[in-house]
Amino acid sequence: MIKVSNLSVKLGDFSLQDVNLDVESGQYFIVLGPTGAGKTVLLETIAGLHPVVNGTVSVEGRDITHLQPERRALGIVYQDHVLFPHLSVWENVAFGLKSARCPKQDIRAKIEKVAQLVNIDHLLQRKPHGLSGGERQRVSLARALVTEPKVLLLDEPLSALDPEAREKMQRQLADIHRRLNVTIIHVTHDFEEALSLGDRVAVMNRGGVVQVGTPDDIMRRPNSEFVAGFALSRNLFRGEVVGSEDNVVVNVGGARITAQTASRGTVHVSIRPEDIFISRESVRSTAGDCLRGTITDVVGKGSVIYVVVDVPPQFTCLVSRQSFGELGLKTGMDVYITIRTSAVHVF
Amino acid sequence: MSRVRSLVRYHSMGAIFAVLALLLLVFILVPVVKTVFSSSPGTLWDTLLDESVYLSILLTVLAGLLATVIGLVMGVPLAYLLARRQFRGKRVLEALIDVPIVIPHSAAGIALLFVFGRQFLLGKLFGHVGITFLDSLAGVVIAMMFVSLPFLIDSSKDAFKAVDVRMEKVARTLGASPWQTFFRVSLPLARKGIFSGSVMMWARAMSEFGAVLILAYHVPFFGDWAVVAPVLVNDRYAAYGLDYALPVASLVILVSLVIFVALRYIALKGEKE
Repeated sequence: MIKVSNLSVKLGDFSLQDVNLDVESGQYFIVLGPTGAGKTVLLETIAGLHPVVNGTVSVEGRDITHLQPERRALGIVYQDHVLFPHLSVWENVAFGLKSARCPKQDIRAKIEKVAQLVNIDHLLQRKPHGLSGGERQRVSLARALVTEPKVLLLDEPLSALDPEAREKMQRQLADIHRRLNVTIIHVTHDFEEALSLGDRVAVMNRGGVVQVGTPDDIMRRPNSEFVAGFALSRNLFRGEVVGSEDNVVVNVGGARITAQTASRGTVHVSIRPEDIFISRESVRSTAGDCLRGTITDVVGKGSVIYVVVDVPPQFTCLVSRQSFGELGLKTGMDVYITIRTSAVHVF
Repeated sequence: MSRVRSLVRYHSMGAIFAVLALLLLVFILVPVVKTVFSSSPGTLWDTLLDESVYLSILLTVLAGLLATVIGLVMGVPLAYLLARRQFRGKRVLEALIDVPIVIPHSAAGIALLFVFGRQFLLGKLFGHVGITFLDSLAGVVIAMMFVSLPFLIDSSKDAFKAVDVRMEKVARTLGASPWQTFFRVSLPLARKGIFSGSVMMWARAMSEFGAVLILAYHVPFFGDWAVVAPVLVNDRYAAYGLDYALPVASLVILVSLVIFVALRYIALKGEKE
């Protein structure tokens, strides 16, 4: 569907080198990487907004490397929405249709349809400045969707939103993707976003793509220390929700962890290493679970030490050098780890 | 104790600044107000009915407006390029644009004469299409334009810079051509800065004396001869003294103030929307 081959771009001091991507029709494709990795430049280059030094971009088999952006039929949505402040919500959404000289009655019908889809029908007469972050992002999404782009390019679409709006928007993106079957390339620095939305994930670092695979590949089989750092430093597991109360138990590779979530079925669980507490003796607590395991690895990093405890699965815990000494921890030792229910993040 | 001292220090600064500001305001306002009120309304009215006076005011307003319109057509694209593109020598160019502000305006008049005079390059060129600049409306216009253009360009440039480049990028991906993007996104979003720059340019153009004096001292205008308002004030003062210059000066100040205040009001009203 969309194919990026050996793409190189130079922008001042920054450059993209030899990027290769192959996105299939209808796929939800995630480009994951830290700030400065070149994700936005890649997205804007696909949209035709930067001159290409080398390589090609093609959509549906057609080479569009040097095509003007207005002829590509690719929609872009930026992190901070970038709505036209001098136009009403209606006029913002109509912008692309007017550029395409769409007949008036069609404009009305199309806007009403997309407004319903992203739930902004009640906002159409407003100006952008009075809208909340989530509302603006939905308008921005509608503005891109209404032109029926071949590919929807999303640049950190959830990053500027507060947690509540982000969760809503994330569900909405998944919903839109399913209902319209539109191909999406979504750029983010958030691993959890990548896991819950992506069909495929490309990890970028310093202007290049370092790994492409399914979210599971990235999570379980990182091909470099960089990807591992992105994926593993956070105790990420795939699990199954067991039980159905508010405080549910998640079965994570044999270990059972209590969590607070409304999600059911297969989920992802993440626990920050500093939220796991190590002790020599079992700890009785109503606020969390205490699991028994064996220390398999100890990695010192300055004033803190990462201790890997195999329950299984393997949990990475963070302890200070001082408590590491006081507890007399060493590889092969049996210990207990305590995980507070409130520290377990299910998504 | 130290809190009291810091409070005193804080307020003493505010008080001293307020006194200094007040002195400056008095300095600006008193001469203007005193001149305006020095003539009775009857005298002002009689002065306005003097043909050389109303022709002069008309010439000044009109030539200033023409200069601003030409400045808009040619200066806004330049401002846009300066705001958006990076190129070698851009800083030098930006400094060059502000040169008319720093050179004495009589010298600017000489410089213009040197290029637009009948026997010189551009003067000859325009001469072929029947436009002469020496002692003509066209001469008044280019003299005004030369000295006032920086105000429009600088203000428009800042206005374009304040428009998020990604607005233009989004517009392009939504199918707008570069022209459409400019007229539907960049220009509307920069309009306030361009408008206030135009007002400044017009005001500055109308108050120009030196360059106009040299290039187009008196010009044929509506079947008569007219001089621009600043020149008229100077002529009356030089030929007849303060008593005769005063009503003309009051009138010119009044006209400028009315136009300026009205435009400011329009600009502020636009901002609220």
